[in-house]
Amino acid sequence: MASALINVPAKAKRGDIIEIKTLMSHIMETGYRHMASGEIVPRDIITSFACRFNGTEIFRADLFPAIAANPFITFFTTAIESGKFEFEWVGDRGFSETASASITVE
Amino acid sequence: MRFIGIIVAALLIPDAVCAAEIPQAERRSGYSFMKPDTRAIQDDDTANPGMLWVLDGEALWKRKAGAADKACADCHDNARISMKGVAARYPAFDMALGRPVDLEQRINSCRVNRQQATPLPFESRDLLALTAFVARQSHGVAIETGGDPQLAPFIARGRELFMQRQGQLNLGCANCHDDNWEKRLAGSAITQGHPTGYPLYRLEWQSLGSLQRRLRACISGIRAQPYDYGAPELVELELYLMSRARGMRMETPAVRP
Repeated sequence: MASALINVPAKAKRGDIIEIKTLMSHIMETGYRHMASGEIVPRDIITSFACRFNGTEIFRADLFPAIAANPFITFFTTAIESGKFEFEWVGDRGFSETASASITVE
Repeated sequence: MRFIGIIVAALLIPDAVCAAEIPQAERRSGYSFMKPDTRAIQDDDTANPGMLWVLDGEALWKRKAGAADKACADCHDNARISMKGVAARYPAFDMALGRPVDLEQRINSCRVNRQQATPLPFESRDLLALTAFVARQSHGVAIETGGDPQLAPFIARGRELFMQRQGQLNLGCANCHDDNWEKRLAGSAITQGHPTGYPLYRLEWQSLGSLQRRLRACISGIRAQPYDYGAPELVELELYLMSRARGMRMETPAVRP
């Protein structure tokens, strides 16, 4: 039941600097912990996050085992035109989630 | 002899002077002990990781389960209306069992008796999600737990447990949370222990957790044997704590360090 929380302003003025906040549900298991039996708990993390605006990539991040569970990634961008942000998280064990949000720029 | 006398006096004084309950006007949520950056996580619903469980809980609320093939929503309809204020009254007296049950146990009794499904394990993601979703509907509602007169003996027992010293460190809950709040223990704030925001997201746990998990962690901390999940003692302690927090606002899902 992976789910994402996205916070993008619904409206902005042209040229405004806007903050985009994303929260993705994920355990971010480091791969460094052991079970009681001594076996390693296999690594299970998100390895990359990307944001596209109207098809063009505007932000990308690589994630590593030291990042806490449920990664919260925020960044700023300039509102130039109305359109759609598309977010993508990719990780171990075939993890792949997407989300999107629209903005109207006046 | 005189030396021993001083030690005895030092051991006796803190109990004699401090063992008082927190006056109504001085009660503070754990929120007020947090740094501004941790508060900011709780305040923004799109930054609060506890909301991920609330979202999951909303999906579970509508999902059919068990032999009865019923969803929570089939009986209780819109949780925003039917569940508003409910969590602020828990733990509540269960007529059939003749003792108080907490919100998790209430949800599981609904699952077993109405949905004819298997109960969800304590601290499982699904049980936390459903509990968080139900409790979220009471966000901002004043806590009223303990109004039912049938609960009185159970609250008294919870209070007794709260006051009682135990474990290798020989501490009771009251020694920290009534007598020494606003001081620090290993760098962390000692709060008053009002359970206003459960289930809550602890940054240390990197997960949502129940009040019972928190209580068990505290009991291990004083090096006593924690009660099992669902034990009547834990429910009585939850009940006492919630009745002690009466009038305070629900914050579920809260964030704590």
